[in-house]
Amino acid sequence: MKHVYGWLLLTPAAILLVGFTHYPAAATLFDSLFSSGTVVRPSRFVGLGNYAALADDPIFWQVLGNNLWFALGTIPTSMAIAMLMALWVNDRLPARALVRMAYFTPTVLPMIAVANLWLFFYTPQIGLLDQIGAMFGMASHNWLGDPNTVLACTMAMVVWKEAGFFMIFYLAALQSLAPELEEAAKMEGASRWYFFRRVTFPLLMPTTLFVLVNATINSFKLVDHLFILTKGGPDNASSLLLYYIYQVAFSFFDSAYASTLTVVLLALLAGLAVVQFQLIERRVHYR
Amino acid sequence: MRSLLALLLAGLLAAAAPARAATEITFYYPIAVGGPLTKVIDGLARDFEKEHPGIKVNPIYAGNYDDARIKALAALKAGQPAQISVLYSIDLYELLEQDVILPWDDIAATADDRAWLKAFYPSLMMNGIYKGKVYGIPFQRSTIVLYWNKDAFKEAGLDPEKAPANWKEMAQMAAKLVKKDASGNVARWGVMVPSTGYPYWMFQAFARQNGHDLMNPEGNRTNYAHADVIAALQYWRDLGAKHKVMPEGTVEWGTLRQQFTEGKTAMMWHTTGNLTAVKSTAKFPFGVAMLPASKQRGSPTGGGNFYLFKKTTPEERKASLAFVKWMTTPERAADWSIATGYVAVRPEAYETAKLKEYAAGFPQAVVARDQFKYATAELSTFQTGRVRKLLDDAIQASLTGQKTPAAALKEAQAEAERLLKPYR
Repeated sequence: MKHVYGWLLLTPAAILLVGFTHYPAAATLFDSLFSSGTVVRPSRFVGLGNYAALADDPIFWQVLGNNLWFALGTIPTSMAIAMLMALWVNDRLPARALVRMAYFTPTVLPMIAVANLWLFFYTPQIGLLDQIGAMFGMASHNWLGDPNTVLACTMAMVVWKEAGFFMIFYLAALQSLAPELEEAAKMEGASRWYFFRRVTFPLLMPTTLFVLVNATINSFKLVDHLFILTKGGPDNASSLLLYYIYQVAFSFFDSAYASTLTVVLLALLAGLAVVQFQLIERRVHYR
Repeated sequence: MRSLLALLLAGLLAAAAPARAATEITFYYPIAVGGPLTKVIDGLARDFEKEHPGIKVNPIYAGNYDDARIKALAALKAGQPAQISVLYSIDLYELLEQDVILPWDDIAATADDRAWLKAFYPSLMMNGIYKGKVYGIPFQRSTIVLYWNKDAFKEAGLDPEKAPANWKEMAQMAAKLVKKDASGNVARWGVMVPSTGYPYWMFQAFARQNGHDLMNPEGNRTNYAHADVIAALQYWRDLGAKHKVMPEGTVEWGTLRQQFTEGKTAMMWHTTGNLTAVKSTAKFPFGVAMLPASKQRGSPTGGGNFYLFKKTTPEERKASLAFVKWMTTPERAADWSIATGYVAVRPEAYETAKLKEYAAGFPQAVVARDQFKYATAELSTFQTGRVRKLLDDAIQASLTGQKTPAAALKEAQAEAERLLKPYR
């Protein structure tokens, strides 16, 4: 009887979870084994054919590579900046609330608005970046039109947007640290750097893990800016995995191949999460 | 007893009759809800209903072209009513492959209807005809034109009333128009052609000017690797790499208009859809001209057509025909062109008093019409998304100097061949 009661309590949540998370995931996996059908040419079972096509698809490898660079470029930078900003605004400084708000502002802006804003930063000649450069006599650069700079440009924008969000978590963690620790360290004559390295940083590890997992997911999830800034170009130089999935699904109407790419993305993210929790959790001190 | 039954039957019939009289048409239209054009469309629908009491029109505003197509197709799949829609003219082959649209010829019963099918500019029909049947009725259509800054022309010692007529002239005039500041940096470019967003569309103009279309009317063959097509891409690349009159790399579609109105480029190629916006923001006199010629003039058309869905009753088809005919009368086409900046889709519209008057005050508005005789269909094939992206990538790869035009286009052609073979 107790079991029934327990299951009944679980049911509403379970229905939602199965309906909107597990069923779509399973259906995607299933769809990836079939060809895309139209009324004229019905869908048929192709086994791992879509996966073989994926291995041969140079654009897939390119966007996967882009995405790894994008992750490497954005995650450590935005986390380091977030931690620095949090340490800074955690201190008593004039107009602290104002500074905190300023750091947090990019987070509350929608990504589409941010991208529209940055589009005009990067525009050659009339853009902010080029106008500042012109003051120092620098030549105008076609930031988004050059395959060598375009990905870095989108990374800078994402760091700007993300760092403020992660700062909030670090700030909350810093405020929950016991002040006695700092007093004790001071009495022992520890330098500020030593105190940060041996006390603050280790105590922030649970937050760091949380932020790291989120940042990793975001680096695969955030593609809104591409719709505004580059549409993945030039020649796929700034395209990311999820954006490519969107193109395949809604511009090419190839739902089977889009499912295949989605399965790969899911597997990748699941793998990363497992690694992160397994390896790093051992080094995290929870109190 | 029998008379009672007859009475009852008669009553039932009478009750059923008014229900049958009102035919409802659900009409998907690609625009964001609440945009300024929704009022225009709503107004048109109400006016139509007043003149046709038996028909009710429900416009559904469905975002951009992609959103509208996805929503209309989803509605059809789910059994929701959808009789007609304005969708991208280049979605034709996709809609054919999904087997959801009907040719208008099939319901054009009277001589008047059939004459109406021939009333539009032929170049606007190219994207709407498949195997001799009309599937798309042109409604909101645009084309590419050259905008030039008359003040910049004057400053460079050029005739401010004369736009370049051919490729050579454009490169030469652009070279004169480039302005450098004291430290040698470019303060104003000669010409810009956007290469993000819709690079294939701009390239179609170059290719057409050099004598070639990029696909066949059946939509199952592309012509990316012809020597003249390669030469066309080489010219585009040379504007930046060799003549140094355009920035190297890609030129952003979304910010180009501002660059032009800020005087950072003396000429630009852009859609006629920007005409109204340039008119209201440019602080200098500007001209609009047909694109320059190489072997001939040329520009693709673009924009949205009316499609009729297959899942419709005969009454609904009749009502849809009446509505679309009403929406494309010369008078309404003229109103629509003035309100939006889209080109009027049939020659008679330009004979109406109001469009004549508008054009007299703003001659730039009729350049697109004059260019129609050189216009060609927008790139559209089976597997159109993929086939188009192959070309987009090839164009961007050569404009950024990663591949030569020949190598990039040959690769794209080989891949397009592979995709299109099953459709022959």
